[in-house]
Formats: sequence, C-alpha cells, structure tokens
Amino acid sequence: MTSLLEMRSITKTFPGVKALDQVNLDVKEGEIHAICGENGAGKSTLMKVLSGVYPVGSYDGEIHYDGKLAEFRTISDSEEKGIIIIHQELALVPLLSIAENLFLGNERATKGVINWRDTFQRTEALLKKVGLKEAPTTLIEKMGVGKQQLVEIAKALSKEVRLLILDEPTAALSESDSQALLDLMIELKAQGVTQIIISHKLNEVRRVADIVTVIRDGTSVSTMSAASGEITEDRIVRDMVGRDMSDRYPARPRNPSDVLMEVRNWNVWHPEHADRQMIKNANFNVRKGEVVGIAGLMGSGRTELAMSIFGRSYGRNVSGEVRLHDKPVDVSKIDRAIAAGLAYVTEDRKSLGLVLDEDIRTNVTLANLDEVSRAGVINEHQETQVSEKYRSAMNIRTPSVFQKVVNLSGGNQQKVVLSKWLFAEPEVLILDEPTRGIDVGAKFEIYGIINELAAEGKGVVMISSEMPELLGMCDRIYVMNEGELVGELSAEEASQERIMSLIVTE
Amino acid sequence: MEQVNKNNLGAYFKHHMREYGLLIALIAIMVFFQVVTDGTLLKPVNITNLFLQNSYIIIMALGMLVVIVSGNIDLSVGSVMGFVGAFAAVMIVEWGVPVSVTIVASLIVGIVIGAAQGYFVAYWKIPSFIVTLAGMLVFRGLSLWLLEGQSVGPFPKSFQLISTGFVPDIVPAGVSGAIAEMVGTRNFNVLAMALGIIAVAIIIWMGLRDRAHNAKYGIEGEPKAFFIARNAIVAGALLFVMFKLATFRGLPNVLISMVVLTVIYAFLTANTTIGRRIYALGGNEKAAKLSGIKTERLMFLSFVNMGLLAALAGLIFAARLNTATPKAGFAVELDVIAAVFIGGASMSGGSGKIIGAVVGAFIMGVMNNGMSILGIGIDYQQVIKGLVLLAAVFFDVYNKSKQG
Repeated sequence: MTSLLEMRSITKTFPGVKALDQVNLDVKEGEIHAICGENGAGKSTLMKVLSGVYPVGSYDGEIHYDGKLAEFRTISDSEEKGIIIIHQELALVPLLSIAENLFLGNERATKGVINWRDTFQRTEALLKKVGLKEAPTTLIEKMGVGKQQLVEIAKALSKEVRLLILDEPTAALSESDSQALLDLMIELKAQGVTQIIISHKLNEVRRVADIVTVIRDGTSVSTMSAASGEITEDRIVRDMVGRDMSDRYPARPRNPSDVLMEVRNWNVWHPEHADRQMIKNANFNVRKGEVVGIAGLMGSGRTELAMSIFGRSYGRNVSGEVRLHDKPVDVSKIDRAIAAGLAYVTEDRKSLGLVLDEDIRTNVTLANLDEVSRAGVINEHQETQVSEKYRSAMNIRTPSVFQKVVNLSGGNQQKVVLSKWLFAEPEVLILDEPTRGIDVGAKFEIYGIINELAAEGKGVVMISSEMPELLGMCDRIYVMNEGELVGELSAEEASQERIMSLIVTE
Repeated sequence: MEQVNKNNLGAYFKHHMREYGLLIALIAIMVFFQVVTDGTLLKPVNITNLFLQNSYIIIMALGMLVVIVSGNIDLSVGSVMGFVGAFAAVMIVEWGVPVSVTIVASLIVGIVIGAAQGYFVAYWKIPSFIVTLAGMLVFRGLSLWLLEGQSVGPFPKSFQLISTGFVPDIVPAGVSGAIAEMVGTRNFNVLAMALGIIAVAIIIWMGLRDRAHNAKYGIEGEPKAFFIARNAIVAGALLFVMFKLATFRGLPNVLISMVVLTVIYAFLTANTTIGRRIYALGGNEKAAKLSGIKTERLMFLSFVNMGLLAALAGLIFAARLNTATPKAGFAVELDVIAAVFIGGASMSGGSGKIIGAVVGAFIMGVMNNGMSILGIGIDYQQVIKGLVLLAAVFFDVYNKSKQG
C-alpha cells in the first residue's frame, strides 16, 4: 500500500515548550490509523500542524500528502485536499436543519439563490451513506449527540473527503451509538476513505484500527499493526504512560458499613414536557465506605436522577424522600443539599463544573466560601493555603493555584472540580462520569481518590457509561433503564453481559 | 543578567498591559488637554469642577460594574436618575416636604425601581437588555409626567449642599490664612492637604503589606521597579490634585461620598464572599448555581444596588443644577456603560474591576471637560468619545488574542 500521508520529523515549539519533538506519522491509503496518547502528549498539536492551523514555516519537518510535499497555510488549504477533521466539540448550528448544516458555506446555489430540491436530494443520499434515518429538515438541536456526530461525518463526505480525522468521536456517545459509529468507520474504510482516529477508549481502538501510533511527551514512541497481532490494550497503555500498569483499578479494602444515604420512591417529571416522567419510583441506598455504581445507556435518566436529588437542579414535580443516617433531610435547594452533606460532581465540567476564566483557588473554594471567610470577608491567605493543599494532595499539575483553569488539561480540571467538592466536606458524593475525556494516567489517579474517599467512610455514587470502570470500582451496581432502576448487582455477580441483559430485557 | 531582567519586566508589562495602559491613558489624556488648553484643565477651579461634573457618572459606574460583572446590563439608569431627581424636586418644591425626608424617600424609590427590574431579570429570566430598555422608556415618560414638561426648582440651600457644598476646614481661618500666604495662594485648606497625605500613606502602606504577604507565600507579584513607579505616579498625582483643591475651596462634599463609595465597592467586589459569588455568577452561572450559590438572589440584589446608586446620582445631579428638568439624565446610561467597558470589564460578564470603572469614568470626564474648554462642538465630542470607547475595547481584545 502507498502512503497517503507522511509526516516526517515534525517539531513544533511554543515559547518555552517543545510540544512536538521529531514526530513521525505514516498513514497508508485506505487504512484506519489510531493515534493514542495521554492528554497533553501532543496529539491535537500534531493534528493542528496537519490541518494548517499552524501554517507551514511555524514548525520543522515535512508533510507529504498524496506523494507531494504539502504546505498548508490555512484550514481551507487542507480541506481542499480532502483532509477533514471532526472535533470533539461539534461544529453544527443547533437551530438550522441537517440539510442546511451539511451545505453550510458550500450551499447548492446559483447566484446566491439556494436550490432546495438539489440540497435535499444530496442530503438524503449522504444520510443514507452514514445510516442516519432523519429527514433533511430536522433541526440539529432536536437530535442526540450520536446523531449529530453522524451529521458531521456526512458533512465531511459531502466535501469529498480523502482523509477523515476523528478526534475522540465517541467521548460523548452511549455504548450503542459508539458501536454504530465504529461500524460506520469500517464501512467508510471499505469505500476507500482513509481515517485517523484519536481515542482514549482502547477497546474501540483495538476494534477498528489497522495501525496504532502512540505519542508520549511530544514524541512518537511506537507503531503497531493489527495484521501482525501487536495491538493489545496493555501494550498501548504501557507505551502511553511509559510504565507498566498491571492494574487499571487500584485496590481498596472493601468493608462498607451502615446505610448512609437512602433515596425512597423518587419521581421526577421533565422540566418542559409536564407529561413525561423521567424518573419512575427510584429506590436506592449507599453505605458508608461504599462505592455504588449506576449503569445504564445514555439518556436512561442517570444524570436526571442525580441532579434532581441534588437540590432539584433538574426536573419538576420532584417527589420522594432522601434520608441520611436514617433521618429525612431537606434537599429541596442546592445550598440545602450541600448543607445536608451531598455533593454532585457534574459530567460536564466545563459548562457546569468550573468557572473557566477564574483561577484554581477561586474554583476550589466556590462551594464552601464561608469556610475561608469571616463575616463575609474572604481571608485570601487562608484561601491560598487551602487550595494549595488540594493542589498537592490531588497532584494537580500546575505551577501555582493562580493558574486559570481554562488552561488546564481535562484530567487536571476534573481534579479541581473534585477538590471543590471535597472542600465542601460532603458525606455522600455523586460522581457523574468522573473520568470522561481524561487520559489513562489521570483516570488512575481519580480512581485512587475515589478509593480514599470510600476509605474515609464517605458514600460514593458513581455514574458511568464505561462498564469496565464500574465493574472495576464498585461494590454494588444499580442498572438504570428509561428512568427506572431495573436491577441491582453485587460486585461478584456483576458483569458486562448481566448489565446489558438487564437493560435489554426490561 | 541585565538582559534577562529587562525581558522579565517587558513580559510582565505585556501581561498587565490593560491595568497599566489604563493609568497611562488617563495621564496621557490629562497631559494632552493640559497642554492644548494652556493649563486651564488643571487649574484648581477646574479640578473641582471635574469632580462635581463627573461624580454622578462615577457613582453609577460603581453599580453598573457590578451589574455587568454579573452578566447583565442596565440601560435604565439615566432615566431612573432623572426620575428620582424629578421626584425629589416635586416633593421639596411643590409639596414642601423636608429635605431629609425627601432624600430618604428618593433613595427608597431607587431601591424599589431596582427591585422591580431585578425581579423580572433574576426570577423570570427576561434578558436585562429588554427589561431595562423598557425601564428606560417608562421612567423617562414618568419624569415628564411628574414635571409636567417643566423644570422644577430652585431647591433650598440645605439640599444644594449635597452637591455643591465643601467640607469645612479643621483649623481656624487664621492658621490656614498664614499657610496660604506662605505658599502664595489666596486660600489653603489644611484638611484637604492632610487627607491627601494620609491617603497616600495608606495606599503605600497597603501596597507594601500586600507585597510582604505575597513574598511570604511565594507568590510572584509586581516587579519592584513597577511597584515603585506606579506608586510614585499615583502618590504624585494624588498630592498634586489635593494641593490644587486645597488652594481653592477645599474638598467638595461630593468628592468625599464618591471616594467613600469607591472604597466600599472596591472592598465588596474584591474581598467579600458576595463579591466573589457575583464574579462566579458572571463567569459561569450554571456552575455557580450548582455550587450552591443563590444566583437569582445575587442578580436581583445587583439591580437593587444599581437602583439605589442611580437614585443617589439623581439627587446629586439635581442638587448641582439646582433644578430638576425633564432632560436630566438623558443618554447618561451610555456614558456610564462606556466608562465600565473602557475600564476593562467584559461584556460577557465575570471580569472587571471597580478601580477600572472609576478610571474609565475619569477618562470620559476629562475628555468631556477638555473638549468643552477647547470649544469643540457636541457633534465632534460624541464622535471622539465613541472612537475612544472602540479603541479601548479593541486594545483589550487585541491584547487577549496576542496572549493566545
């Protein structure tokens, strides 16, 4: 096979930092090439060099594309050659239709007047290609993330893509949507579209990739191929972190004691559609020192359950009882829920968890500001000490607590959110997708923190779409489907198959 | 070694371009007008005038900064200010209500107006732009109705004093007269000079204390050279202004209320939990809410506060003109908002400082004053002010994009 893309000795320096150091990448025509690496390893910088965000001349090394030396100065230069990147954050206009989005900037028009018939026809053909059963006139905001992802791919196809780059395409997708997307990738490969996938989910990488290149600290450390059977999760992980990680889930002594929090007969209705019941009579509990998982597909109501308990921050007509230490507590407002001893670590740390433009210090103390103030006046030095303490305890990698959190990596941001809630001194922590979009090394550290919390006697409720993570971490797992808790499994009886079968049979 | 040091200073300056730039801009504008007006700008009587003319803008800029930091805007302040002035005039002049009662009643009216607007913004989530645009029309109309299209005045002396009064000196006339003779001026107000010196001492002491704390905690602060230069400039300017005021009639009452309010609001925004929570609310409302912060109440309070300050500004403005006119406060909201944005606040909320808003207001005030002395027509004045606002914000955005 001939190479479609060859990046040779790419070196890119920012003031003071060498982001990429002699990176080589060789992508053959018609293959799926996975790039793995921890956050901050240099994957996205490499993709920015490739797509022309960093123009030729701002880096050292050569890019050969389709047998010729490529010198991209802008993104449109690379798009013209058929290189299209689909980013983690989707670039669709929510209030426009599928068809309008597909041809945005590339409208089927003569002299500025849009030919809708042609637009819709082409849209339908493209949707068929990606297997999306929606009308071309459907608004983007009416669709889930999984379908939106497919629209993005259809958009790439409409531009006659030759090299499709998917950056963490399944990060926000449910299990079944992820599977569909991976199938589509294989289908596109059969049609001759070369693809690069950047992913943290190693099982997915193993499933679709022909070749894996691992990048660590700005250098390409290894390349392995599926054909010779070299691709194993253990090997990828080892190369990514530069050490053996025999156990991805750190062990902890498991000795849960008395019931700490109990939720009884919990019912929640949709905030806008009053007739839609989102949570149906949910009952569950968590013991002291226990990590309880809630498994389920995306949209099964796990986040809605958690947020409605946490000060009714979701839903309407919330009814039911929350008990702590066998006494009913008032959790009807967020500040009351916090006072009662609850904390909710959101799945969406950027838009719900952090004030991005503020520094680490401000974010850490936000939920418990009174602790570092007297009569409403903040003691800044005490505040600095407190946040400094969490920075070192949580191993947040940054020179000081005066760093704005927007500049931190996903893993470090998550540690800031966790610090905020630990500083609020809760008894029960509800963690919603605590490791979403963060790298293997940071995941391991987060698991360690969760274990410490349990060891201190706190109750942890862990919502996750990654089943191996639940199986590796939890003492008990509740399974949720369509707003109902449909089953409860102990660590011993739980397995991916049993969880899936509980979801499917209901 | 020398080279490295220079680079560090340069880098620090670039990073804090906004703060220093604002101060430098104010000084540059003052020097410019001082030169082109042949020294009229900084004459004692004109400095006194500068404070009297701009006090109500600065007072409202304090409240506007809070509103803008929380992610909202208030377009109604000019109308509210005019309405409260009209209300006070009608009470005093037509109904004969005592001045003290009128002042309290007017401030309450301001609070009620702020609460009404804040209620719709905070609890009904109606965009503040719309609510206060409505308020702007409503209160403009109500002032016209109250005054029946006429000017109402004049006010009794005691009311005028809010604005045009001066703080009496602390030393007997004989002593101050002797000093005046020594420095070769007609008057010399010892209190003004003394307060000036005390203020400088406090500013330097607080700066030093902060630096010591930072050093103790290993926080890298302002380079020493900058610290000294900045304090020298501020202290020099302050002493200069106070000296000039001392040789005229001393400290205007308005200046005192302005300074006190500025200090209070600077402290509130920078050092208290309520201030911190307002910044968090403006930076990310949802995250603030999920951290247990009562975002609605804070937003509501920011408007109540704005209403109170707009009422105070209305009283000061009416007292200065010694009459309430239907045109009072017309388009003033634009000056107030411009001052806050020139001072570095962000339209999207979450950032901005009190001191920036005050300096921004002074920049606008000095330009207004200087251009009026030069006899530049109102037409050109508006164009120039507009361009300055655009330039300031452009400078901001440009700096940010440079920093990446």
